[in-house]
Amino acid sequence: MIDRETVIHVAKLARLGMTEEDRETFGKQLSVILENIAILQEVDVSGVSPTAHASRLSSIMRADESQPSYAPEALLANAPDQEDNCLKVNAVLEES
Amino acid sequence: MTELYKLSIQEAGAMLRARQISSVELTRAHLDRIRAVDDKVKAFTLVTDDLAMRQAHEADIHFANGNTVTALTGIPLAIKDVICTKGITTTCGSNMLKDFRPPFDATVMQRLNAAGAVMLGKTNMDEFAMGSSTEHSAFFTTQNPWDLERAPGGSSGGSAAAVAAGMAMGALGSDTGGSIRQPAALCNVVGLKTTYGRVSRYGLVAFASSLDQIGPFARSARDAALILQAIAGPDARDSTSSPQGVPDYGANLNGDIKGLRIGVPEEYWVDGTQPGVEKAVRADIEKLREMGAEVGEVSLPHTKYGVPVYYIIAPAEASANLARYDGVKYGYSYRDTNDMWEALEKTRQYGFGQEVKRRIMLGTYALSSGYYDAYYKQAEKVRSLITEDFTRAFEKFDVLVSPASPSVAFKLGEISDPYEMYLQDVFTIPANLAGTCGISIPGGFSHGLPVGLQLLGNFFAEDTILRVADAFERVTDYHTRWPEL
Repeated sequence: MIDRETVIHVAKLARLGMTEEDRETFGKQLSVILENIAILQEVDVSGVSPTAHASRLSSIMRADESQPSYAPEALLANAPDQEDNCLKVNAVLEES
Repeated sequence: MTELYKLSIQEAGAMLRARQISSVELTRAHLDRIRAVDDKVKAFTLVTDDLAMRQAHEADIHFANGNTVTALTGIPLAIKDVICTKGITTTCGSNMLKDFRPPFDATVMQRLNAAGAVMLGKTNMDEFAMGSSTEHSAFFTTQNPWDLERAPGGSSGGSAAAVAAGMAMGALGSDTGGSIRQPAALCNVVGLKTTYGRVSRYGLVAFASSLDQIGPFARSARDAALILQAIAGPDARDSTSSPQGVPDYGANLNGDIKGLRIGVPEEYWVDGTQPGVEKAVRADIEKLREMGAEVGEVSLPHTKYGVPVYYIIAPAEASANLARYDGVKYGYSYRDTNDMWEALEKTRQYGFGQEVKRRIMLGTYALSSGYYDAYYKQAEKVRSLITEDFTRAFEKFDVLVSPASPSVAFKLGEISDPYEMYLQDVFTIPANLAGTCGISIPGGFSHGLPVGLQLLGNFFAEDTILRVADAFERVTDYHTRWPEL
């Protein structure tokens, strides 16, 4: 059901690097899982509205008041790389 | 005198307040117990000795000075490693967050700290709470204190095992599809999955946001009530937390369940449930009837769709929640390239384990163009039907009762097929989908291994299921038994 091309496509959507062996394993395992959950298709859901959340509430808003925040150093303490209190990343756009 | 680590929270609290013992003594007894048995059980990813002793000392000062104290002041607890602790590593059982130190405390931690509780350490779990055995922890597997060759259940297996082995008086876990109740069942402790919205999730690392809930582990219903009391209630930082008032959970633990209507869902007796589990739970139901409950059959006709619905919705939400692990802001980061996309893909390839990747793939597939309606939308609609099953059942019954898990603790390595592992949660998943509450309590033994009795309650009916649990404990001794270690 899930062929190699689909695995490659979905892995790309999820930005998940993968070995050839992983592709094969996940292809097989996802096929088995999807076969097992295929029984969902038999349920008559005409007129049923979807549940996106278990909460019976609509979102509760708090007052829009400014609160003390964290020092940049505290928030950057876990960053793999930083410079001048900014996160440092590889170039997104490069001149060709 | 009983060894200190065997006391209940209620007993220890009374002794602390009467100044018969100190929190330093109580905490030291638990740290000693951890040193004695955790080499075998491996419940903790981190033991915070210094912090624990400091907090214990502070608690003792409060007792000495006659300051206001709570039921949890000076009580040593363990915390699942998916709950953010300020400055203390919060790994989620993942290489991705191996060295992650949150800059803040989760709301539940702020509340435990304010209550004066003592934190002993962080407990092992399946990576990002995805699993039913702790075998998907990136670090090591926790062993079941009742049989070290068996799994403690999961994903909160470390918390369940710590409480079962006397390494903590209680613990926090999280339950997305059964991750509190199933390990509680396999380790012979009490595990409570709270109603969606009952406990703030601010600082709980997100797995599936429409399902995740935090809840307590303890060795009695009363102790679980004491922990719930400290952590329940609205929080301005979690927009899904409910403004519903928090009752006194201890007030109605009076042992009386006469006339209480208890429903037995006929669909919860499925092929694949072990005969020993069914026998124990049938006997428990008989016991509830003898205690004066009105027991009757009830139908939850969409039960069999619970696991399939869950394995669309939970992975779909996980695939979105786990998109944040990009190696830029925190966590593991692949650095050996100048290419942004390669860095991102390899960060996720090396940072995540197999089960997490499997679920990200499944969720991404279910949400992808061309499959969204057939899978995700369909699952959301069937979820409504499952919720309606409960709505109808709770019109006639106060509590529903079933096994918490179809089997007793299984051998480590015994379940290798992913979908077979998913079926571990067949009895626990529906309550997560509906958002209602449930508890697993010690319900007997089969071949020397614990069987969990699950009590399911309506929205915000934690007080009712705790009352039944406490009443059941008064006429049984399963919860008082200790594993040999």
